Formats: sequence, C-alpha cells, structure tokens
Amino acid sequence: MSLEVKLKHRLGAFALDIAFTTKGQVTALFGPSGAGKSSVVAAIAGLWRPREGRIAVAGRVLTDAPKLFVPPEQRRLAVVFQDARLFPHMTVENNLKFGWRRATPKADAAEIAHVIDLLGLGALLARRTRDLSGGEKSRVALGRALLASPDMLLLDEPLAALDATRRGEILPYLERLARDTKLPMLYVSHQVDEVARLADEIVVLQNGRVAAQGPVFELLTDVEQIAGVPPLGAVFDAIVVEHQPDGLSRLRFDGGVLFVPALPGAPGDRVRVRLRAEDLMLALEEPRHISANNVLACVLRAVKAAGDHVDVQLLCGGTRLVSRITGASAARLGLAPGQAVYAVVKAVTVAREG
Amino acid sequence: MGGFLSPAEATALWLSLQISAVAVAAALPFAFAMALLLARHRFFGAGVVDAIVHLPLVLPPVAVGYLLLVVFGGRGVIGSWLWDTFGIRFVFSWTGAALASALITFPLQVRAIRLALESTDSGLTAAARTLGAGLWDRLINITLPLALPGIVSGAITAFAASLGEFGAIITFVSNIPGETQTLPLAIYAALQSPGGEMAAARLCSLSIGLALIFVTAGNLAAKRIWR
Repeated sequence: MSLEVKLKHRLGAFALDIAFTTKGQVTALFGPSGAGKSSVVAAIAGLWRPREGRIAVAGRVLTDAPKLFVPPEQRRLAVVFQDARLFPHMTVENNLKFGWRRATPKADAAEIAHVIDLLGLGALLARRTRDLSGGEKSRVALGRALLASPDMLLLDEPLAALDATRRGEILPYLERLARDTKLPMLYVSHQVDEVARLADEIVVLQNGRVAAQGPVFELLTDVEQIAGVPPLGAVFDAIVVEHQPDGLSRLRFDGGVLFVPALPGAPGDRVRVRLRAEDLMLALEEPRHISANNVLACVLRAVKAAGDHVDVQLLCGGTRLVSRITGASAARLGLAPGQAVYAVVKAVTVAREG
Repeated sequence: MGGFLSPAEATALWLSLQISAVAVAAALPFAFAMALLLARHRFFGAGVVDAIVHLPLVLPPVAVGYLLLVVFGGRGVIGSWLWDTFGIRFVFSWTGAALASALITFPLQVRAIRLALESTDSGLTAAARTLGAGLWDRLINITLPLALPGIVSGAITAFAASLGEFGAIITFVSNIPGETQTLPLAIYAALQSPGGEMAAARLCSLSIGLALIFVTAGNLAAKRIWR
C-alpha cells in the first residue's frame, strides 16, 4: 500500500507545496499547528480541492488537479476527525453502521463484532451520542471509520481534543489497530509520544513544506533534530522472547537483548520500545555490579551540544540510541565519534504502555 | 362547536384550517430548498435573494395580494396560461387563498429552517461524505433530520400566521363565504353587518385560542425533537 501526495496551493500568505510518497503501514504526518497538516488530510479525503496536485492511494489516482477529482464519497478513505463528528440524531450503533451500510464489499458480522470488541463498544450501542464521554466518542468515531472498510484510514489529530487521561485510554486501541490489522493509516499529530508509539514512518511538515521524511526509528532518534523536536533515547520494535520467573521480560532487538519489567504479550509478539534520552547513561568501560538490568555495547556516532546539555548519538547493532548528558560529563569522558561505549538502561525506564 | 358557532362560522373555521394546512405543506419543500441555499452556499447575489425572500414579511399584504392578482389573475401572465393549459384558476378560489397564505408565510418557514441548518455542524455532512454518502443520501439522512426541529417549528409558526392572513387573501381572491372566507375575513364581514359584534367577538376569541395553541406547539416541538 502506498500513498502518493503532491500538492501546490496558495491561500493568502500561506503557501502549501508538498510532495511525499510513503509505503509504511502507519505514516505520521507530523508538525506544529499551522504547518498544513489538516489541509493535506482534507485534500487526500477529497474535502478540499487544491489548485494543483496529484493524490494516489495504492496506485488509484484520486486527485489529478484540475483534470480529475474523485468525490469524497467514492474515495473509500475513512476519516477520524479531531471533533469525532458523530451524528447526533443516531444511536451509537447507527453511527457505527453508517459507513458500513454504504461500503462495498461490506464487513461481515464477525468483523463487526471484532471491531465492537476491539474498541470496547458493546455496552454503548443503544446510547445516544451526546451522552458519551470524550473518550467514548473517539472510540465510536474510530469504529465507524473502520467499519466503512476503507482502503486507508485518515486520522486527523484524533486525540487532540482529549485530556491526558483520555488520550492514555485511546492510545492502546490505536496501537492494537496498528499492530493487529494491515490497514494503512495516515496519522496526523503534533505529539511526539503518539507518533513514537504508533508510526512506522514520519513525514515532517513545516510552513507548508515537507521538512523531513523517514522511518520513525531514525527520525525521532536523531541528534540533529531533523523532525524539529528533541530526540528520544530510543524508538524501536522488539520481539518478546521469554517472560522470566524473576519478573522481567526478555526482548530481542537489532542490537541485542533488552530486559524490561513483565509485559502482557506472548513470546513472539512484537512490541514497541521507547526510551527517554535522559534515561540513557553512558560508560566507557563495561560496568559490573550495578542495579541496571541492561548494558548495551554501542558505537558513538556523534556528539551534539543542545543548550546546557549534550545529545550523544549511539549505534547499538542496527539500532539508533540517544543519550542526553551534561556538557560536564561529556567533557570528563572525552567523548569522540567512533568510540566504543556502553549504554546503561534501567529496565524500569522503558516505556511500556503498549 | 355546533352550539358555539353558526354553520357559516364553522365553515369559515374549517376553511381557515384547510387553507393554512395546504399553504404550509405546499411551501415547505421550496422553503427547505431556499433555506439550504442560503445557509450552506455562498453565491453572487445571495443578499438580494435573501431580501426578496423576506419581502412578503414586510410588504403590505394588500400589495402582495395585488401582485398576485397581476401575475396569477385571469389576465395575468401565469394565471391565463394556467387557465388555458390546465384549467387551473386561483382567483375567487380557496386555492388562491392558499397561494396567498403560502407566499406571506414563506419567509417564516425559510427563517426557521435556515436557523436550524446554521446551528448544525456542516462538518457532519463532510463526515457523511467520507463514509460514502452521496448528495441525496446526505440530504435525507443527515441534513433533513438535523433540520427537523426547525422544519417543524417553522411549519407550525407559519400555520398559525397563515390563519390570521387577511389583506393578501381579500385582495387576491375576495371574500366569498364557503370558498375564500377564512376566519379573519369572517370577522371583517361580521363587523360590516349590523348587529354582528357578537359574532365578531366569538370569532376573535376563537382566533386568539388557535394562535396560542399553535405558537405554543411550535415552541414545544422545537425543543422536544432530539432531546
């Protein structure tokens, strides 16, 4: 599945000039508000006609302005809007089935049951939408989009209207969706943590242009901050190997083994691992007799001063890591590119919501 | 009713209800289309169209009746064509009274529906589009039900206003008992005849009662739907 977007449009002082092609299952459209993210989504969905441009999903050309324009109702792209946009005169069940009734081919009864179960909507079906909480509304909007059996799911900051608690409730559903289905998604967000948890690939927008594009694993862990945000310590996918009797789970990744506090998944499951750069400690010699469960052998690639601290780019096998340390520590250790170093990772600092 | 109203007065009441019902029902589809046009589309001359729609509300009803006579009268452009082609005639007929009422109360319906449309999120129809709903599908399943409170309250208000229409009707279709003599025209006729004050007072209190019932019903309807 591929998404091909090329847009040119001028709106007063704001000029949109965007071109990217992505083949990832979950692509994040990332950037500050006003960068043009929502315009891109609206153009892909067909709710907005750019003056110039070409949009194709899985090779199917949807917009080739000004010659060709497939209307939104024929695009088979479901959108989850920031404000949910549930139909207030229908029950939750009728909202869920709105797109399903109009889809060809339709999801069968088992798939409907699966979506209702996946999103925990069973108890809500007979409810009116105005009686739902913000988080429930988001889940219904997501279910409604899924049941339309779209070729691609467009998520336009679906969590932006929610508070931190509600966001935390919905994210696992989105993670399950990204992991358990093959449905391609375009996920619009300005939140690094959401992107790090869900996306494979990032397209970074700034001032109506594509500032950077690449795999999440690289773009979010780059000391040059090419995504426009401070780097994370690590974002990578690992495989659950074993749940040990001592309460730790052993993960395998491209770079070795990582021990983390017990995970829910079964051996063989893929999990997304995230670390904060502040939580990665550096050592020049392999430390022994320490409480940290993980000592990863790395090669130092770059040292980058960022304000009053230093971001150190590491490569552990094929996995990029970033350690954020003080300038004083960096000077004391005499860090230089090419050096062999050890990254010390406490198991408890590994983010494991997913 | 028989004890309270004379047979002629009962006829006037019945005729009023009939004419108003037909007027409101006939104008409703046009009012909905016009409200949709004004609420959801920006086009050149929208202000002029809006002003023309509101014209019957501010124009002297007698003037509206006169204009109707010019256009739909026996020698009017449309009137003569309708008579020659279909044998349809508005003048001196209850259908003419309905036409006059429809025109006068048209802006009331447009306003109520337009307000309802403007208070509903146009993002909902966009969402319906992305879910595969075409133009008529959206109109029937999203726009119409969301505008329903406005449609119902507009129709009831227009119905109540139509019951009181006088000037346009008497000018266009005259005051013919049993054909075009609605309640207000009957009140007027009663006042013109000697000793008719009692009849006028009866019909007047009846009008007040009807107006109160329908205005209240209109307000209730607007509140109840989708709550």
